Amino acid sequence: MFISISNNNPDPLYKQVKDQMKNAIITGELKEGDALPSIRGMANELKISVITIKRAYSELENEGYIITRRGLGSFVNDIRKDDLRREKMGEIKGRLESLLEDASKFDIDIKDIIKLLKEMEGER
Amino acid sequence: MSNSILKVNNLRKKYSEFTLKDVSFELPRGYIMGLIGPNGAGKSTTIKLIMNLLKSNGGEVEIFGLNYKNNEEEIKNRIGYVGEEQIFYEDMSVAWTEKFISQYYKKWDKEYFNSLLSKFKVSKTKKIKELSKGMKVKLGIALALARHPELLILDEPTSGLDPVIRKEILDILLEVIQDENKSVLFSSHITEDIEKIADYVTYIINGKIVLSQEKENILTNWKKISLKKNLVDQEIKRLMIGIEENYFGITGITKNYSKIKNIFSLKNINDGIKISNATLDEILISLVREEE
Repeated sequence: MFISISNNNPDPLYKQVKDQMKNAIITGELKEGDALPSIRGMANELKISVITIKRAYSELENEGYIITRRGLGSFVNDIRKDDLRREKMGEIKGRLESLLEDASKFDIDIKDIIKLLKEMEGER
Repeated sequence: MSNSILKVNNLRKKYSEFTLKDVSFELPRGYIMGLIGPNGAGKSTTIKLIMNLLKSNGGEVEIFGLNYKNNEEEIKNRIGYVGEEQIFYEDMSVAWTEKFISQYYKKWDKEYFNSLLSKFKVSKTKKIKELSKGMKVKLGIALALARHPELLILDEPTSGLDPVIRKEILDILLEVIQDENKSVLFSSHITEDIEKIADYVTYIINGKIVLSQEKENILTNWKKISLKKNLVDQEIKRLMIGIEENYFGITGITKNYSKIKNIFSLKNINDGIKISNATLDEILISLVREEE
């Protein structure tokens, strides 16, 4: 797993950590049952506060990506690919909505966007 | 916070020109707290009262569940303190200074002290007067850490130092709390340092604690908001602090950003509102402006 923190990134630090860990889990770089570094160990590696890592871990746990066993530490959970896909589709929908809203200011409507997508499909 | 290593309760100190007004906060074990405030806000006074170097005019300090009245020696043996200025015998060597100070403490880890010095690149044979300011601070920290204190208290450890040395010092503080029974309290007006490594942030302005919370809570709840001129009214202004006005509208800090968001989403307004993350610095400036 590779995690890098940037002060120029507009995302808060905890989110940078969370998103990069999530990514490593989704791509299969981290597999079910893999042990994660301790919260304090991770804070020391990245040189950021313990409470920041704690928040990243607890959100990953709430979202089902990792599981914490008392006294043993945190591990990668059994994630369901179709759940992740559904979640991602929701996120993409949100992004498309704001994109359409932006486009509408220039009289670009959904048909134009679909046309654009089809062209892109042809290019791939 | 049940597992507090340090509890400060209604601490009061009166000077002719300045009063520390009923300062209260708690620091749990295993964490770093940053004390932020402008110059003259009472950071050093608070720390000196915590160290029992000043006599208070009221309030209590409880460290490791003990108080100074009955357990001064035990408390001081378990605290490491690095003051604003490093006062040593200028003509003596680093090695002599270590020997001199170590005799006062039961637990002295010579090996750890030596490893810190070599990490900090402070030579043992040098005289104190030959050390730069940064070197002296690093020596002070090494001397404080050599007795493995449970609570490390530092007054402006990074002020006036270059970014390289500041980074070295912050890294050491993070290493200290790898042991989850240990805590660090440090004051600074360099909020960047606190933003990086502190778990808890306490703002002190004009002798008063205006905010003391988990850093992540502060950064989640406090946002910077910019609003177009035609959206501004008194109701909105009351929810913001540190407001700056310009030709386009207003910018300020709020801890009620979800409330502001709600007001505008009820009116179906999306344009002319910009919400972004606030830095600890921006929050400080707004809080100071609000106090004035």
